[in-house]
Amino acid sequence: MKKTCPSSNAPFPESRPAVWDFKRLFHPRTVAVIGVSLERDRHPANVIFNKINLRYSVDVFPVNPRGGDLFGQKVYTGIQAIPHTIDLAIIIVRAQYTLDTLMACIDAGAGGATIISGGFAEVGRLDLQQQLAELARQRGFPFIGPNCLGFYVPGCMDTFFIPSERMIRPEVGKVALVSQSGGVLVDLMTKFAEQGIGLSLGVSIGNKALIREMDLLRYLAEDPDTGIIAFYIEGFAHGEGREFVQAARRYAKPVIVLKAGKTREGIRAVSSHTASMAGDYEVFSAVLAQHGIVEAANELELTSFCEVLSCYQDSIDGRVGIISSSGGHGSLAVDICSRHGLSIPAIDPRQQAEIRADLIPSVQPIASLGNPIDLTGSATDGDFQAAAQHLARSPELDCIILLLLPYSPEITSDLGARLSQVCKHNNKPLVAYVPHVDRYRMLIEGFEFNGVPVSSSIKGAVLMVEALRRSRPC
Amino acid sequence: MLKTQTKTVIDASHTRGWVSEPDAKRLLATAGLTVPGFTLVTDPGRIQSAAQDLGFPLAAKVVSSRILHKSDHGGVKTGITTTEELAAVFERFARLDGFEAMLVEEMVSGLELIIGGKIDDQFGPVVMLGMGGTGVEIYQDISLRMAPVGPEDVASMIKCLKGGRLLSGYRGGVVVNRDELTRTLICFSEFFMAVAEMIESIDLNPVMCSAKRCVVADARIVLPTE
Repeated sequence: MKKTCPSSNAPFPESRPAVWDFKRLFHPRTVAVIGVSLERDRHPANVIFNKINLRYSVDVFPVNPRGGDLFGQKVYTGIQAIPHTIDLAIIIVRAQYTLDTLMACIDAGAGGATIISGGFAEVGRLDLQQQLAELARQRGFPFIGPNCLGFYVPGCMDTFFIPSERMIRPEVGKVALVSQSGGVLVDLMTKFAEQGIGLSLGVSIGNKALIREMDLLRYLAEDPDTGIIAFYIEGFAHGEGREFVQAARRYAKPVIVLKAGKTREGIRAVSSHTASMAGDYEVFSAVLAQHGIVEAANELELTSFCEVLSCYQDSIDGRVGIISSSGGHGSLAVDICSRHGLSIPAIDPRQQAEIRADLIPSVQPIASLGNPIDLTGSATDGDFQAAAQHLARSPELDCIILLLLPYSPEITSDLGARLSQVCKHNNKPLVAYVPHVDRYRMLIEGFEFNGVPVSSSIKGAVLMVEALRRSRPC
Repeated sequence: MLKTQTKTVIDASHTRGWVSEPDAKRLLATAGLTVPGFTLVTDPGRIQSAAQDLGFPLAAKVVSSRILHKSDHGGVKTGITTTEELAAVFERFARLDGFEAMLVEEMVSGLELIIGGKIDDQFGPVVMLGMGGTGVEIYQDISLRMAPVGPEDVASMIKCLKGGRLLSGYRGGVVVNRDELTRTLICFSEFFMAVAEMIESIDLNPVMCSAKRCVVADARIVLPTE
């Protein structure tokens, strides 16, 4: 038997809609939290209810078959008892009650659901989640999960059972994150918040009984709020990888994938060289690259890639110009660039002379203007601008890395904003490295608010450039 | 047509789990791939005429339902130059487990490549190009792509091989005919797409590529286990 993902045993019925309508689900005006506890304040459903009730401008209704009240609000005995049509049902009841609950949601005309509850394929009850998926498919009703955290739309809605005070929230932005693991999603969101990367939507798809990567790829490709689509994937359902890569290649938006489970499972007896050498991960990685999907090796890469692709979407060849105020930083960056297959073309003497003429007299004799450019610790904002101006206009280069150590006395905190403008005017992507400490915040934000990504390490900056080279077959 | 022919061959091969080399080569030839001239010898009396038809030097391989990895069992002999030698090889092969016939082939030369295909659970038919020969699993120098592949895919597969420079006549070596290699991979990928549901994996190893042509010197088609 072929190995398949837990959710994939059933063949896909013909009736599966090509595109699900997620509008009411992801942007609800009315929400029911089904399964609140009348006794336990810290019950996950209560945490979700409280959070939505206090933070978001939607009408939210608690549901428990026993009725009663919760913090003075009427608890409804079922979704059908609520006197409004519900856009989003958050289901957090025991696994054995989910099917009836889902049926009630559909009958009550809800727009969609997220099933937070566990107790399905992950504990050997594939049958239970298959019943849910079958019902939902028949009735054309989208639901996320089960066994998931649900989703997060900045400023609009979140279904996470993480208390408000413990949530780290990225700002509104262009990146959509789809994760098979809720924990990984939350962790990535924390990193996004730290790095100032904005999110359009974060979805934890859990056991993906109904809604899978493919459904969200299709939706997000058309979603005007989303510019970059990032996935954390453990594995595709049987045959679904083919459909996914073919669709991703058709869409203009960059697609980034972080794959877990890269190591080979045990040693299977294989009778051909091809089967032995073309392991699951080797195939995965090669096929992604073949279709222009950016593969991130780890969370650091995923974060860097999302940050840079939020700023620039055009693919480059990887001919890099490097500007720094420290020779050492330039050399380190060159080493990392070469390891990643990026080239550092030399700057010809005529162009060097032109750059030199634009530097201040005290820097002119001491600056090194080959590539990497070392403007030295005496450089001023104007010197950086001059060098960036020349490199931005050079047809030999398709990207600039700026390594900025703000110790130099002549550098001001306006430099970020100024250099960003230079590169914007010349339509050349700029990536900066600035040590991430609080006192440089204004400098860093000068870049970031002007659409230039800033990494906290040299390597991170190089990785960002690498991500811009989207087509990397090997 | 190809599909029907393949199905017939595969139905007849199910008991052994793979398609015999002569059958595999007939299918590949129908798919447009180049295979060496060959003849099957079951009767020692036919050895001389087989040798005369093909011309020396020759290669001989055992055909046996029990032997998948022929060289591991001493079931391959190359560079045979006389009828006596060929007759001696036949005698030896006839004593091997499950002997059915001796496959006698013209010798082909060139750079040894491997072309393969497997059905991936997530992506379906996938094709592979690699540096071939017996060291194939030691160097693991391979490129993989989802099938079907086009000329651009093949160019990028070659570029991605660490040994890719060997195809361009590195240090006076053989210069591989790129058009023929491209055609071979594309034909193979189309064949594989057509018959994917009947097959688990395929190794064409080695494929001997020279300035003139790419010849499938050995082929192994493995069938899915139920």
